[in-house]
Amino acid sequence: MRTLNKLAQGTLAAAMGLAFSVSALAADITGAGATFPYAVYTKWAEAYQAATGNKVNYQGIGSSGGVKQIKAKTVDFAGSDAPVPEADLDANKLVQVPTVMGGVTIVMNVPGIESGKLKLDGPTAADIFRGAITKWNAPAIAKLNPGVNLPDLAITVSHRSDGSGTTYAFSNYLAKQSMAFKRDVGAGNTVNWPSNAVGGKGNPGVAANVQKIKGAIGYVDIADAMKNNMDFVALKNRAGNYIVPNQQSVADAAAGADFKVKGMAPDLLDQSHKNAWPITTATFMLGYEKADAAKQKGVVDFFTWSLNNGQKMAADLGFVALPPNVVKMVEAEMKNIK
Amino acid sequence: MSEPSASAGIDLHARQVRTFRLQDKFFHYTTQLFAFVVLATLVGILVSLTIEAWPSLKEFGPSFLWTNVWSVPDDEYGALAAIYGTVVTSVLALLIAVPISFGIALFLTETCPVWLRRPLGTAIELLAGVPSIVYGIWGLFVFAPLFAEYIQPPLQALLGDVPVIGSWFSGPPIGVGILTASIVLSMMVIPFIASVMRDVFETVPDVLRESAYAVGCTTWEVVRNIVLPYTRVGVIGGIMLGLGRALGETMAVTFVIGNANRINGSLFAPGTSIASTLANEFGEADPGLHIASLFALGLVLFIITFVVLAISRWLISRSMGSEGL
Repeated sequence: MRTLNKLAQGTLAAAMGLAFSVSALAADITGAGATFPYAVYTKWAEAYQAATGNKVNYQGIGSSGGVKQIKAKTVDFAGSDAPVPEADLDANKLVQVPTVMGGVTIVMNVPGIESGKLKLDGPTAADIFRGAITKWNAPAIAKLNPGVNLPDLAITVSHRSDGSGTTYAFSNYLAKQSMAFKRDVGAGNTVNWPSNAVGGKGNPGVAANVQKIKGAIGYVDIADAMKNNMDFVALKNRAGNYIVPNQQSVADAAAGADFKVKGMAPDLLDQSHKNAWPITTATFMLGYEKADAAKQKGVVDFFTWSLNNGQKMAADLGFVALPPNVVKMVEAEMKNIK
Repeated sequence: MSEPSASAGIDLHARQVRTFRLQDKFFHYTTQLFAFVVLATLVGILVSLTIEAWPSLKEFGPSFLWTNVWSVPDDEYGALAAIYGTVVTSVLALLIAVPISFGIALFLTETCPVWLRRPLGTAIELLAGVPSIVYGIWGLFVFAPLFAEYIQPPLQALLGDVPVIGSWFSGPPIGVGILTASIVLSMMVIPFIASVMRDVFETVPDVLRESAYAVGCTTWEVVRNIVLPYTRVGVIGGIMLGLGRALGETMAVTFVIGNANRINGSLFAPGTSIASTLANEFGEADPGLHIASLFALGLVLFIITFVVLAISRWLISRSMGSEGL
């Protein structure tokens, strides 16, 4: 009995010692926010822990939730798909940097038309998604696609039913292309889709709707479009070229953008590079200018490591890594996280 | 010699009684506390929902209930489309589920061979245990495409030209929508209603049943005149249990209802329900009126469920009263 007691005491002491030593060794950091980069942040955190032993927790609670949490000072960093405006950054003494990029693709299910063979320009896409064009053989679509045999089929718009950064980027792009879209549908995480539209939960929900409904058109992240082997639409970019979405055309969109603005959030939509994919977006990390030194260092170390070692992990998940020159700028900006 | 010991025995007995009394009292208060925890939780939920929903209630007033707008970009909210979707899908689900459940329960208790009773009964109970997300995924990936391909077009061909009814089945056959959600919901509530019905049908005394058969009643006459009057309360209870589940069902409905914040007369058209709107929009809702309106929707669902429960209590007490006459 006594030996048993002693044994238990010993184990307890050892366990406590272990717990103390772990917490002394590294400041575990916690982040929360956007769901869009959740997959890549957790992948990076896993690899980072394997490489350095330091632990990073990220919870995908939504962009606005993340911004709320960092303003309330309950997390060490936050993730947001929508960049926080400059005035808001100054008022709350926050630092904002981009971490990874993605593209939103337009996907379709039109019998007889192969992936990449249907061409659309911004205004036509906006008319389709606001419900003004309702048939696949409408003159506006036919004009852009001479020689393509367009079926007499109703268009069913499929969209995200949950509020999301994907909708944010997509609706902002279409709102830039068409005043009518901005007026009827709006731009934001959740918008007013037309009456013939079907909502699906998450990217997989939209992907399923588009694949199951004949005549459907929708929008999903590049990663999901590739994973589900979906049919793309070729979209006309600002330079006038019809672009098929892939990681290269997303990276090209960032190449032409100027990241030297406060908050490092240039508009990546509809960039002028000749090969730029028009619906390109970045996701952002928010940190404090001043806070607990150990935690701050933890945040900077994690993202510095990830931006320099995590490009392939990001690409495998369908994200696009920041170009090297932007990584340099992010590293410089993160010096303000002290 | 015996005198003191007897008095000690009485003392001992009195002490024991006191202890028992104390124990009983303790037991009473503890269980009372537990019971009041439920009440406090209920009131707490109601109060916190109201507090969180207050900005929206103040802004839109009671017209929140009958305004058919749900626009996040314009920051204007009304619950009508969600209430419509919730009520229509639940009522349709019951219209489908009640007759089928009734048939299942009757078969199991009246005409089923004894060896088949156990496996069939267990299968129904297992169906009740399937998580709702599984119904949702199955509905979206398997049922909706089949529905769009093989059921919607013939339905449209058959009923499309009938006045009034035709408009219920208009629009492109896309698989997901109000009717699909109702059918999936009905599958989810059938096991609940059927197993409650079976249990109450089994409580009918064999004497009653057998005497009815003895005077020459058919099975249907026995059910109509003996089983149903005897079990009316339980049957209503089972249906209300199903309705309660249908009203609040979230994930399965979110998958198959089409999630469109508007009212369309057609049952083939996408719609929304209160629970699915909450599931969809809470994650990335903007602080302010959007969040408050979502809480207000939750409050509305709470009240609808409460009203349904109250009606079922009333129905039960009324039929119990008529029994007494």
